[in-house]
Amino acid sequence: MMLLRYLTQIGRYFLMLKDIFNKPTKWSVTKGLIFKEIDDLIIDSLGIVCFISFFVGGVVAIQTALNLTNPLIPKYLIGFATRQSVLLEFAPTFISIIMAGKMGSFITSSIGTMRVTEQIDALEVMGVNSLNYLVFPKIIALLLYPFVIGISMFLGILGGWMAGVYGGFTSSAEFIQGIQTEFIPFHVAYAFIKTFVFALLLATIPSFHGYYMKGGALEVGKASTVSFVWTSVVIILCNYILTQLLLTK
Amino acid sequence: MIAVKNVEKTFGDQKVLKGITTTFETGKTNLIIGQSGSGKTVLLKSLLGIHQIDSGIISFDGRNYSELNADEKRELRTEIGMVFQGSALFDSMTVEENVAFPLKMFTNKSKDEIEDRANFVINRVNLINANHKKPSEISGGMQKRVAIARAIVNNPKYLFCDEPNSGLDPKTSIVIDNLIKEITEEYDITTVINTHDMNSVMEIGEKIVFLKEGILAWEGNKDQIFKTDNQAVTDFVYSSNLFKKVREAVLKGY
Repeated sequence: MMLLRYLTQIGRYFLMLKDIFNKPTKWSVTKGLIFKEIDDLIIDSLGIVCFISFFVGGVVAIQTALNLTNPLIPKYLIGFATRQSVLLEFAPTFISIIMAGKMGSFITSSIGTMRVTEQIDALEVMGVNSLNYLVFPKIIALLLYPFVIGISMFLGILGGWMAGVYGGFTSSAEFIQGIQTEFIPFHVAYAFIKTFVFALLLATIPSFHGYYMKGGALEVGKASTVSFVWTSVVIILCNYILTQLLLTK
Repeated sequence: MIAVKNVEKTFGDQKVLKGITTTFETGKTNLIIGQSGSGKTVLLKSLLGIHQIDSGIISFDGRNYSELNADEKRELRTEIGMVFQGSALFDSMTVEENVAFPLKMFTNKSKDEIEDRANFVINRVNLINANHKKPSEISGGMQKRVAIARAIVNNPKYLFCDEPNSGLDPKTSIVIDNLIKEITEEYDITTVINTHDMNSVMEIGEKIVFLKEGILAWEGNKDQIFKTDNQAVTDFVYSSNLFKKVREAVLKGY
């Protein structure tokens, strides 16, 4: 019974994706909505992303340094480990999970409140494709999400460098050598491919939970929580699948 | 005119509408009344196309809704104005933006033309100095006026109102009722109002449809409702002592 319910929800999610692209809203209106979503979802997230990335990058460098007790292991590994951790997993995946909480709960609660207060019904009665009006601008706005992750990568490594060098764990030259060691450009492509997929999930899963919620204010809160859990679960699953597909031979 | 013929709607194993047949006339305020759970909201939402009916016909000036294709349905919806129970104004927009919204979405008018039309309608519903306020910054009565302004801004042929007086004081309720009636006559539109407010019934009930447990139990107008012997109607209308006394007075010829 539970499996059937999950399958129904998954089917409904894909039908929603199809409906998002049906009967587009007038471009002049959509353009304004896209800019608003860029402001709400991308610009408003930059502060927290910068803060977390910088300090987590620093912590990764310190943790790596503290675990390198063998004098035969070169110090440049601190830079190497920081780069690999930040580039491959921390920036694309864990920032996305943090964004599932920040952006996702915002999306679910704003659309859920519109559902509860009949604003979505009002759009439908007017003949507006409410899914296109509400969700499509979010998808387009989140095409800029890799830009956020790019900043996260840069600041994570910068935080690692500052913590490593100013904490006295390594020299600047060794850290930079570590950053350059065995650099595989495809890892950057891999990280950004993941980011694009996560951006789509971040825009659509919370929208799904907000759009199809039923009830009142309490249910809006519950829907936000459920949306965060499911967005995180799907991001982790997709991360595993994409890693398997893109990095293994 | 909206014609409803043998409309049935079931949720799960509960039949909510049981063969409703009636007409809602153009240029008149048509009221759907009945107790909570009688099916009036389901009927209104079925008329709006929010609920799909199981059987029967709903036709808008001869256009059978269930036979229209998706584009024709969307086209028809642009001819509909709706005032929701909670006003359903868009929180993120100002009063003027809310009213201008249908024009921006469905017309090719210039920015100035949209602004002029929105201001004209805002003035028509007697809203003063509220254009740049957000819905949360104005009173419930003003929100209802904004909702009415938004509903009529695109010259609809059909106006639907779901409990337009809920949450309003009696004086503001009368103002809103009269505004709806004036607009209905002025623009010659078909107005359907879902209410259980007996003051509205007495004020603007040009055609009244009474539902009981999903059945159309009575129909008439505000003059006939006082004189009817229909037990279901009298039980509903005279549950209030005030109306009981008014009826006694009417029947005694006062």
